[in-house]
Amino acid sequence: MAYSLKQQVSKPERFAGGHRLCAGCGAGLAVRGVLRALKPEDKAVITNATSCLEVSSYLYPYTAWQDSYIHSAFENAGATAGGAEAAYRVLKKKGKIDETFKFIAFGGDGGTYDIGLQSLSGAMERGHDMVYVCYDNEAYMNTGIQRSSSTPRFTDATTTPVGKVIPGKPQNKKDLTAILAAHNIPYVAQTTFLGNFKDFHEKAEKALYTEGPAFLNVMSPCPRGWRYEPEDLAEICKLAVDTCVWPLFEVEYGVWKLNYEPKKKLPVEDYLKKQGRFRHMFKAGNEWMIEEAQQFIDEKWESLLARCK
Amino acid sequence: MARNDRMSGNEAVAYAMKQINPDVMGAFPITPSTEIPQYFSTYVANGEVDTEFVAVESEHSAMSTCMAAQAAGGRAITATSSAGMALMWEMLYVTASARLPVTMALVNRALTGPININNDHSDSMGARDSGWIQLYAETNQEAYDNFVQAMPIGENKEVRLPVMVCQDGFITSHAVENIELLDDEIVKNFVGEYEPEHYLLKKENPLAVGPYDISNYYMEHKKQQAEAMKNAKPVILEVARRFAEISGRSYGFFEAFEMEDAEVALVLIGSSAGTAKETVKQLRKEGKKVGLVKIRVFRPFPMEELAETLNGVKAVAVMDKAESFSACGGPLFAEVRSALYDLENRPKTINYVYGLGGRDICVEDFAMIYDQLFEIGRTGDAGEVYRHIGQREQEV
Repeated sequence: MAYSLKQQVSKPERFAGGHRLCAGCGAGLAVRGVLRALKPEDKAVITNATSCLEVSSYLYPYTAWQDSYIHSAFENAGATAGGAEAAYRVLKKKGKIDETFKFIAFGGDGGTYDIGLQSLSGAMERGHDMVYVCYDNEAYMNTGIQRSSSTPRFTDATTTPVGKVIPGKPQNKKDLTAILAAHNIPYVAQTTFLGNFKDFHEKAEKALYTEGPAFLNVMSPCPRGWRYEPEDLAEICKLAVDTCVWPLFEVEYGVWKLNYEPKKKLPVEDYLKKQGRFRHMFKAGNEWMIEEAQQFIDEKWESLLARCK
Repeated sequence: MARNDRMSGNEAVAYAMKQINPDVMGAFPITPSTEIPQYFSTYVANGEVDTEFVAVESEHSAMSTCMAAQAAGGRAITATSSAGMALMWEMLYVTASARLPVTMALVNRALTGPININNDHSDSMGARDSGWIQLYAETNQEAYDNFVQAMPIGENKEVRLPVMVCQDGFITSHAVENIELLDDEIVKNFVGEYEPEHYLLKKENPLAVGPYDISNYYMEHKKQQAEAMKNAKPVILEVARRFAEISGRSYGFFEAFEMEDAEVALVLIGSSAGTAKETVKQLRKEGKKVGLVKIRVFRPFPMEELAETLNGVKAVAVMDKAESFSACGGPLFAEVRSALYDLENRPKTINYVYGLGGRDICVEDFAMIYDQLFEIGRTGDAGEVYRHIGQREQEV
């Protein structure tokens, strides 16, 4: 059946409104988008790394989650999801459970690129039947916009502030999706919130219904950290894709496939200028920053195209 | 029919695990507990258990796996030592506060700094405030028996706390001793099925675990946890009573050895009790009224019961196989001395820190300590209460 957003959003919500995420935050969109891809009859156990998402969605005694949910710590969403999935396999084998459960972990880039990378890598390597979703907002937003290894170069973050001698974050963004692809797991994909969410939905569905471990990396802008107006979220995502800052691709059993190639690749400054975190890059004398950012994006894009041939 | 065998402490605990047939084991190797997951993975490989063995990439992930598996509705176990448990530290608290009765076989080993693979109790003593029930063993038999009793204690609805079953690294974990093993069926019936009321995989009613618990609620939750630890006391005794029925072996919070008329006494934990008992026997032959208290249950701490047993004793030496760097004594000393405070005629107490990083303690050492206790009893002067024994005093 052809994908229809209208049909998809008419399904009962599995992530209730009333949570405390900010207006214009990508995390809630990532959650709703993934949960929409679940078959309504399937049950789920959601694992959440400590994050904005966790503290905003399950404040005792209220929860926004319709499905079973477990948060245990920051750096262990991979192992936590794996533990629940291991129990499921045994209880199913013993005939104590007959329903189908899906295991989904959500972590921010802090919990995924950095402190939780080992736990994630272990869970993926061990082959748990689960989907790990990174909602990547490119900094530690929960503690107040500190840099992560996902934060792009030159970003003005609170532990890489733009100073007189250091112009924001010195290092480039880590390529986590490629690291996960190197685990040779059944499914790895990169997506974000675009148009009718077709790309997102199809990837979430594939991740959920491909047996074995899967990883989704979802660019999920943060209005506080990136400094944009909440209503600009969709435009920023579109620009990230059209500038090739955040290409859409998937890797199925080691085979790389590009899902979208912009007709006209836009200059990176179109993406940067919408966000306060890059404002200093547009000051007179800082043209080199934009040039070097463009160069990095171009190199990454070329190498992705080569991988996808 | 019980069966006589010869086993190391590690094998004995792994054997108890096999008889229990838990749902999930998450474990990462570390000396001297490594053999436990090794034995267990052999049972898995041979189809002798239904357990999912999750060979994680770290101890932090081991405890995360166990916590989640238990929350999902399964029975989860792990085994570790020393730095491995230190890496679990955060998750020890998380597991206890989520009231998930995970069972851990802890083979006590010195904490690193510097690295040392031999026995002391610094790992579990450091975790004494993590909310885990702690059982200690003198022998392989006790390690096995304690493991069989752990789940009925931890899973009791009034308790619902994780349990740490401790034994001394190498001393019991690797030494092969005679052991009496219970029949599989008897163990299975004794431990029973794990039947939680709420769990993640319950189809009718989804569960949320691990909330952000603001100051409006956190205090109440901690109080409930403290109550659960109090509730564990009668449950431990009831489980021991039931265990005596199937095994003929009796357990309590501690073993009082020759305490009825003792004038002086030692209090200690673990395998050193064997050496201390030998000392007691020798000194008793000389007519000296010496006794020994071997702590089995350190959490919950049997404060009133211990005070009752030590009431009337003139002088007590508390033996700590762990430093707490408090500058005034080890962790067991702090608890025991506090237990004695409310007695009308409380005994004089001294503390000995001993056996760190595998340093031996001998009959002669214990005999010397008993002599000192008689002297303290006679003079009423304890002198320096915080002492160390067995170390060289010159620089090495």
